[in-house]
Amino acid sequence: MPDSTAIAEQSASQPQQAGPVVVFDHVSIAFEENQVLNDISFSVEPGETRIVLGPAGCGKSVLMKLANGLIRPDAGSIHVFGEDVTKMREEDLYPLRERVGMVFQESALFDSMTVHDNVAFRMMEEGLPEQEVDQRVLESLRFVELEDAVNKFPSELSGGMRRRVAIARAVVSQPELILYDSPTGGLDPITSTTIIELVMKQRDVSHTTSLVVTHRLQDAFTLATHEYDVQAHAMKPIPNKGIDAKTKFLVLNEGKIVFDGTTQELVHSNDPWLKEFLS
Amino acid sequence: MKFTSPEDLVKSSVLAVQEYTLLSARAIANLFTGPTYWADVYTQADSIGIGSLPIVILTGFFTGCVLALQSATALSNFGAKNITGQLVSLSMVKELGPVLTSLMVSGRNASGMASELGSMKVTEQIDAMRALGTDPIRKLVTPRIVSTVAMLFFLTIISDAIGTLGGAMVSIFMLGLDGPQYFNIAYQTLMYPDVLQGLVKPIFFGFIIASIGCYFGMKTRGGTQGVGKATTQAVVFSSVLIIIVDFLISRTMIGIFGR
Repeated sequence: MPDSTAIAEQSASQPQQAGPVVVFDHVSIAFEENQVLNDISFSVEPGETRIVLGPAGCGKSVLMKLANGLIRPDAGSIHVFGEDVTKMREEDLYPLRERVGMVFQESALFDSMTVHDNVAFRMMEEGLPEQEVDQRVLESLRFVELEDAVNKFPSELSGGMRRRVAIARAVVSQPELILYDSPTGGLDPITSTTIIELVMKQRDVSHTTSLVVTHRLQDAFTLATHEYDVQAHAMKPIPNKGIDAKTKFLVLNEGKIVFDGTTQELVHSNDPWLKEFLS
Repeated sequence: MKFTSPEDLVKSSVLAVQEYTLLSARAIANLFTGPTYWADVYTQADSIGIGSLPIVILTGFFTGCVLALQSATALSNFGAKNITGQLVSLSMVKELGPVLTSLMVSGRNASGMASELGSMKVTEQIDAMRALGTDPIRKLVTPRIVSTVAMLFFLTIISDAIGTLGGAMVSIFMLGLDGPQYFNIAYQTLMYPDVLQGLVKPIFFGFIIASIGCYFGMKTRGGTQGVGKATTQAVVFSSVLIIIVDFLISRTMIGIFGR
């Protein structure tokens, strides 16, 4: 079996969550006088990939940070792995975050640390043996095909490479939930495809539950209509113009959910705003 | 520049004091629980302590020189030029050593802390650290406070010594005073309360420099412009607070010890 899938396969053997992994229940949040999210309710089942779409400024990134407890809502509750993150203290959230990987919009790599130290950050904090840390870092970088960049600093990498390192950092601890905040934001189409391929690889090989925020419709539909071919190390269209059954959509507009459902339901929706958004 | 209403100004000021107090309290509380990031403490101590040594030595030396020059001019009106050493020693140890050293370190390090943490804040590195299960206050703020307090203590001692030496060089080579007499008077004039006052101040000032620098860094918003603003505010607020706290400590200790 190719080394680059070793890390993904280890994730596949993790015990699966019983019940929804993420539940937003009547969540609202405003910043100063701007109501960013207004009475949002949805859930994400184990193994599901939920793609969050919407125009710029509709609250997608805020939704991601709420899911990881980085910010707290003004109203409502958010349950992650059955625990209410809105009521937990910051120090109580740290053990929960060990099960969550997050890829930030601009990568958010620690620019004073090498790629190795960035990917190894969590493991070094946990005090794991150096040899084990090095091995897992290399496996994770192999997964994103950036093994050669292990000793480089983020400033020496291109935007796409930084994004791949951010993914490596998120998956190295084999999380049960991955939050991707605009993983292809600001990248050219070719690099975006590379990133989407990695997201797909994580989805199809390790079956990790994930929330993917994106403003690029082509990336969203690529995820829904393609699958990762482990033998070929590349994505390919699902046969017979199929749709990935575990990929669902959530569309936001002006802080409210305008669509929550499957790819088929989205494509065949009669909502005029949705039709215009998707066109 | 838009005008803020008095109500908003008061609210934002009270909120700022609250947030600063909470940040400082959490940073100190972290000292009593694990994990402690000793590697970060040593790294910061090297940057703050060794890194500030050149400017502290220069500041202390020339402050001592100018003190000797100015005080000798005034004292010679009373035929008391011989006690220049007393004036230099007392002024350096009680006031100018701690305050000027702290102001130099504040300008160098409070700005550095604010800009470093501010850059991390606006690029979501602080959020990434939280998402990876690490408390940014424990990892970033506490080591800076510990190392600044520790290093400023020793930097002040060095500044006092170099300042006294600077005063000696001016007194001996420019004013024609007797060297052994200068050092004898400089040493004899110092009493326990003077030295205590001069060593208590850097502890408070070190805390002010690091906590203010980290506070403005951690609450930075608005991209690179916000980082610039945070850097400036950190230096201004820490410098003003040092001057105010210097007065309070001096008044308190003179009240307790009588000098």
